[in-house]
Amino acid sequence: MSSTTDTPTETPRDDVRDAEIARVCAALGSAVVDSLVKPNDDMWIRVAADAWRSTGETLKSLGYTYFGFISAIDWLPSPYGRGEDDPTAPPVERSSVIKQGYAGGDTRFQVIARLVQPFTTLGINIKVDVDDSLMAIDSWSQVFAGANWHERETHEMFGIGFNGHPDLRNMYLPTDFEGHPLRKDFPLLARMVKPWPGIVDVEPLPGDDSEEEGDAS
Amino acid sequence: MSLLGDRQQLAYIAAQAADARVNVELETEGMTLNIGPQHPATHGTLRIIARLDGEQVLWADPSCGYMHRGYEKLTEVRSYPQVTALVNRIDWLGSFANEVPFILAAEKLMGVEAPSRAQHIRTILFELSRIANVTLFLGDLGVQLGAVTPVFFAFRDREYVLNLIEGATGGRFHPNFDRIGGLKDDLPAGFIDETRIVMKKLRGFCDQIEDLLFGNEIFQSRTRGIGVIPKDVALQYGLSGANLRASGVDWDLRRDQKLPLAYDKVDFKVITHPDGDSFARCWVRLQEVRESTRIVDQLLDTLPAGPIMAKVPKIIKVPEGEAWVSTENPLGEMGYYVVSQGDMGPFRVKIRSASFNNISITPWLLKGVYVPDIITILASLYFILGDIDR
Repeated sequence: MSSTTDTPTETPRDDVRDAEIARVCAALGSAVVDSLVKPNDDMWIRVAADAWRSTGETLKSLGYTYFGFISAIDWLPSPYGRGEDDPTAPPVERSSVIKQGYAGGDTRFQVIARLVQPFTTLGINIKVDVDDSLMAIDSWSQVFAGANWHERETHEMFGIGFNGHPDLRNMYLPTDFEGHPLRKDFPLLARMVKPWPGIVDVEPLPGDDSEEEGDAS
Repeated sequence: MSLLGDRQQLAYIAAQAADARVNVELETEGMTLNIGPQHPATHGTLRIIARLDGEQVLWADPSCGYMHRGYEKLTEVRSYPQVTALVNRIDWLGSFANEVPFILAAEKLMGVEAPSRAQHIRTILFELSRIANVTLFLGDLGVQLGAVTPVFFAFRDREYVLNLIEGATGGRFHPNFDRIGGLKDDLPAGFIDETRIVMKKLRGFCDQIEDLLFGNEIFQSRTRGIGVIPKDVALQYGLSGANLRASGVDWDLRRDQKLPLAYDKVDFKVITHPDGDSFARCWVRLQEVRESTRIVDQLLDTLPAGPIMAKVPKIIKVPEGEAWVSTENPLGEMGYYVVSQGDMGPFRVKIRSASFNNISITPWLLKGVYVPDIITILASLYFILGDIDR
């Protein structure tokens, strides 16, 4: 990407995070499917679904006592586009090939959690695949009390179950709401009936340099 | 019970024993009390359903969602520059602070870094929005406890800060000023001098509130020892910001995290308090406003010259990747987990807002307290409804 800032040319190294991920992987053993360190940025691991709960317990005992969040990612590309498309144009053929993110994955849904070591402020993102037929993983609410609400939210937004959760009531939506809004195949109706007028903001305007956005020359 | 610390466990047992006596003598009966969603004692539409035994809460269950706007879904149909207009409305009292972590996450994915002047101005505006936010909290706190005067001081003095923000960004509440690669504009003429005057006024406001409110005996007796959160419980629930520091955890993302903001160039104290009660939470916030005014003063002294915008393409496409950035917002740790698939807009954005975690402790915390303390505890936890519901 174009950038005016000086970026170091040598390969960045991050001994702290490398050592930390080695420690985590050693403690978790075979539960770790994949791991990734971005130097001076962050750590990712992906664990097996049946080891989800024990991963939480192990990481907690390793010092990751601060609970960040739990959520999920639906990796299916949205069949509805971005809503900036011209509604009169013929529908665009959209790819439905799933492109996974960091630390890989095999399923459409992944649950992601973040834990932090307070005091060293090293954080780790933990991913786990959610089997399409089961659509459930174990709950962390007994490990981290704060996971309770996050799992409720994930449950209503993605339809992912959490085994052992005390109370998976809806957090935001009415009880009789049908569907899971953050799934990619859940249409954003307001956007489908009327396209976003903001398309003019991002349209390339030939010969017009008076736009304020991102023009610093 | 395993979640309780020793100290609180003892207090809890003592309280239960005393209450059992009272309850036997008074023959209390159970009732379910519904507070909210529209109730003068709650700010925003947080609804709390509490089961009472006499004056004591058996369980309390906050019910969110009266202001759920679905920002996580909406980000998926917006381009990156458009998202800042949305996230402005999450914590509406400190709007600019919401934009910063998202922009930083996008910049991290693009490998762009804002020029140092832009970083400085970002940090100044970030702290100004903290001051505007917490100033109102301090006034509002008084109202919730029955002291009406402080809120007038708070509204008056917050206005000075809002004027500064408006002068620099054009927006009183929703600046929408942060851009990928820098800022929309440079600071207006006279901003620096004006800000110094306002910072001095705000320090005066802090002194006034400390005298007027924190020194008040009624205020102290209503907040001290009420709603104690032990350290380990606070961490488990993911409490952040002043709520966490009031439980004795010395953790501030401004100091402990390396981000392209100007916090490493200033000298400031991280305020903690060992008590973990409502008073501690309010007190930590008050001191933090003071520290923020000092940060702003120092940043004004060292404001570097230079451009305010890095070179970024006109049509912003963010390369594939995932990034997490969180900052120490007025309410606590606010973070964005941004997943990009090389498009003009994000593929998925998880918004980790501070109030959501901060309020998730209430079912645990409100157990066993008395009805008037519900209001004290909620006020001291300090939430913004938009920050819970997103």
